[in-house]
Amino acid sequence: MNGVTNGQAAVAGDAGRLAGEPLLSVRGLTKHFPVRQGLRARGAVRAVDGLDFDVRPGETLGLVGESGCGKTTTGRMLVRLLEPTSGSIMFAGRDITHGGRRELRALRQDLQIIFQDPYASLNPRHTVGRIVAMPLQVNRITPPGGVKKRVQELLELVGLNPEHYNRYPHEFSGGQRQRIGIARALALKPKLIVADEPVSALDVSIQAQVINLLRDLQRDLDLAFVFIAHDLAVIRHFCHRVAVMYLGKIVEIGDRDTIYTRPQHPYTRALLSAIPDVTTLGPAGRIRLTGDVPTPLNPPSGCRFRTRCWKATDHCATEEPALTTRDDGGQLTACHYPESGPVGVPTGEPGSNERT
Amino acid sequence: MVELPTPRRGEDPYLRVTDLRVRFDTEDGVVKAVDGVSFAVERGRTLGIVGESGSGKSVTSLAILGLHNAKRTTISGEISVGGRQLVGLREEEIRRLRGRDMAMIFQDPLSALHPYYSVGRQIAEAYRVHHPRAGKREARSRAVDMLGRVGIPQPAKRFDQFPHEFSGGMRQRAMIAMALVNDPDLLIADEPTTALDVTVQAQILDLLADLQAEFRSAIILITHDLGVVSQVADDVLVMYAGRAVEHGSVERVLRAPQHPYTWGLLSSVPSLHGDADADLVPIPGNPPSLINLPSGCAFHPRCRWAGVNGDRSRTEIPELGPAGAPGHLVACHLPVAARERIYRDEVAQVGVAR
Amino acid sequence: MLRFVVRRLLVAALTLVVISLVTFGLFFAVPSSPAKVMCGKNCTAEDIAQVERRLGIDQPLPRQYADFVGGVFAGRTYGEGDFRQDCPAPCLGYSFRNNQPVTEIVAQRAPVTFSIVLGGAVLWLGLGISLGMVSALRRGTAFDRAAIGVTLAGASMQVYFFGLILLYLLVYSTGLLPFPSYTPLTESPARWAAGLLLPWMTLGFLNSALYARLSRAQMLETLSEDFIRTARAKGLPARQVHTRHALRAAITPIVTIAGLDIGTSLGGTFITETIFGLQGLGKATVEAVQFLNLPVVMATVLLAAVFIVVANIVVDVLYAVIDPRVRLG
Repeated sequence: MNGVTNGQAAVAGDAGRLAGEPLLSVRGLTKHFPVRQGLRARGAVRAVDGLDFDVRPGETLGLVGESGCGKTTTGRMLVRLLEPTSGSIMFAGRDITHGGRRELRALRQDLQIIFQDPYASLNPRHTVGRIVAMPLQVNRITPPGGVKKRVQELLELVGLNPEHYNRYPHEFSGGQRQRIGIARALALKPKLIVADEPVSALDVSIQAQVINLLRDLQRDLDLAFVFIAHDLAVIRHFCHRVAVMYLGKIVEIGDRDTIYTRPQHPYTRALLSAIPDVTTLGPAGRIRLTGDVPTPLNPPSGCRFRTRCWKATDHCATEEPALTTRDDGGQLTACHYPESGPVGVPTGEPGSNERT
Repeated sequence: MVELPTPRRGEDPYLRVTDLRVRFDTEDGVVKAVDGVSFAVERGRTLGIVGESGSGKSVTSLAILGLHNAKRTTISGEISVGGRQLVGLREEEIRRLRGRDMAMIFQDPLSALHPYYSVGRQIAEAYRVHHPRAGKREARSRAVDMLGRVGIPQPAKRFDQFPHEFSGGMRQRAMIAMALVNDPDLLIADEPTTALDVTVQAQILDLLADLQAEFRSAIILITHDLGVVSQVADDVLVMYAGRAVEHGSVERVLRAPQHPYTWGLLSSVPSLHGDADADLVPIPGNPPSLINLPSGCAFHPRCRWAGVNGDRSRTEIPELGPAGAPGHLVACHLPVAARERIYRDEVAQVGVAR
Repeated sequence: MLRFVVRRLLVAALTLVVISLVTFGLFFAVPSSPAKVMCGKNCTAEDIAQVERRLGIDQPLPRQYADFVGGVFAGRTYGEGDFRQDCPAPCLGYSFRNNQPVTEIVAQRAPVTFSIVLGGAVLWLGLGISLGMVSALRRGTAFDRAAIGVTLAGASMQVYFFGLILLYLLVYSTGLLPFPSYTPLTESPARWAAGLLLPWMTLGFLNSALYARLSRAQMLETLSEDFIRTARAKGLPARQVHTRHALRAAITPIVTIAGLDIGTSLGGTFITETIFGLQGLGKATVEAVQFLNLPVVMATVLLAAVFIVVANIVVDVLYAVIDPRVRLG
């Protein structure tokens, strides 16, 4: 674990803004969901399996991966909607891994979450004013000037008309509802926001509005973000650092530019080349992974990506690669045979794994 | 009557939709879901229909297959499939074409497959409907064959499994097998990869392209994702509020877009290229209500250039007309010169269109 | 599947033990001695003691429970000498009020309730589901509106009211049907059916209202599912879409509710039995409660619990048969 921690410190020290103590520090974070058959446990879904990462104040970390990679479970553990099976979460110097109700209440002020489905996460019977004021009331906080004034400031901050204080969620469009969710998350002036796929339910034109809003808020309020998404292009426009997850593990983590221009992990490369990009016409990308993500109930031995990897050897099946710096790259990569060079020039024979 | 992109090979397009209008009667009023849309697709070609929710892209495809509730829906215009006129045809006759000459793939394969029947049985059923004389065994072997063709390993074993036992990508392959089991000439894919992971999406798009090369079917691909369109489509139709706003080859529409809405879409998508720190340029406002459309050009309240022609955009609905290159059409009041200048000076500088 | 059934049966057995313990405790641990109640006002302490001995309730409670359970499986003997009464297995107790083993009473009464409920269930399920389906398929038409109205009336009506109306119309005023009576099915199927027609109609109409509304709602929901659109897109004729695809999916929750309804009703349909003068389990229970005939009360309560538990198991198995996603094992 020590090597990993040191490595990360080295990676993160690129800018003065990022220096100093991490706001959020996650070590060995693990969540196993037991699967029962009758009364006997039949194993566990290893949704998240030993994550290490830090988030510094004002920094945005993107967690990206496909379904089943554990990114949503991770987000829920960070705000303690789920209790970790093992590992630790340190937030602002306090260990919140197993905090009780009272400790969590204090924590919730500094640590908020925004959900994917803006409609499902808003109580349809409450007015917008009541929804946004809820965190203030639950924590018995009376801001200077009163709750109503604060709520109207928040609505204005997220680009909604403060006059719409008394309206109900169904009177708003999808993008506006997500703004309400954001206003609610901001009510307690948090230091860190976990955003779980905040724009993936929105139309393209609205998606851009919300991404821009989050970017402005992040800069103006110096918020730290853990931004969870399946879309690498969205992550790229929002995050300083990116962690790529696969089957409950981080396979690669580093600064945005490093991850997007010189990814070392074959999975990161495959993910990047699979994204259909408007700027290229015709079938883009040369890497085609075969098959689907294996089940986290029974993940492959050794490197979990090996069943879909064109570089996999017997070594990958027996020994799990550690997440460390490889080949003098600026990022941490968990791969025995890391790629090198800029993206678009994959080494090895990616075509060999293709079904023809 | 508008000029359509001209067929290349001199053969009649397999599907020709002319001035299609679809209206729903609801309690709140009449919804003009599709309002005068025309396009054509030849065999072996792919038309991408792009738009946001409420643009009418899915309604159009359901109208072609005749899947709207006849009691609440008014459809006018012409839909010609393989030379047959479908609008006004009796339900029983359209039903005979559905699944045989024209088939459809839906967005979420898990909810689109019946949870209680095995995947193979559902495919065999699709075959037997249109081959009443085929026995159970023949339908089964045909279904197994199709499962193999779409890249499902061990198709004979997979035949008897249920949808919930398939992964997301495999389910969508099974849906494709079901749609293609009767060798349809027209395949409509409604957001076929939206519910899938990117690596699986890439597989499915490749599969569709391979199958098209093999079966030479005409494909309509409905999507909100311009990236998907850029990869697989030959032609693109951009829809907004039930109307076609831009239509042309994929090179023209994505490389030299002419409509401010297309500009907006292109500059608001996050991309893997270009300056990651630059702000995206979103389209301001929200899509309009289809019951109460803005007057004139439906896009004018969100258009930065609506005022260039005085009041015209607010009062007059723009017709789809030539936009420079052959077959490239746009419905915008901006004069050609102004459009080209704005695109060159203001739009192409920002977002991914750069 | 087999493992599932075995496991569920074990759980069911445990449930029944708990229920029997609770009822046993409630009835035999009440402050006023049941023997005193049974004996009447002019009893001497000796009489009471004698009754207690005969009933076996002079023994400590755990012993009494053991005797009871032993009786269920192996039979037992009550009293001694002249009052000696044999109660062969399955012995559910002995009613000194009726001078009859409780098992015998139950064996007389249960077929009546069974006949009422099963006949009624066939009627209410058939009528309700078909009405609901047709209503859903003709949503918004005059038929649908009429069906909604009628079922609303049905759902809000009470058995005693509707039953009495039927009695008046079909028996007293027109004489179309004989006054309900119970003839065992084995004796004469025709008279069995004729005698029970009225309670069947009553239960059938009233309960079908609920099922019609439920299946209409289920059917409407199913018809808007994506897989129905897929079935239509395949070119299936409407009839096949509605039966093979929609009905099959819509029926699942109805099976659950029907199973539990039937299970509960088998424990006794007191009001129906009373109105039509039929000697079923429901009437037996209420009479036993009135007269504090505790052995009978306990037996019928236990029996009702057995029916509900068994109905639950049947529903679970049926569920797995209908829906392949439910895995038993």
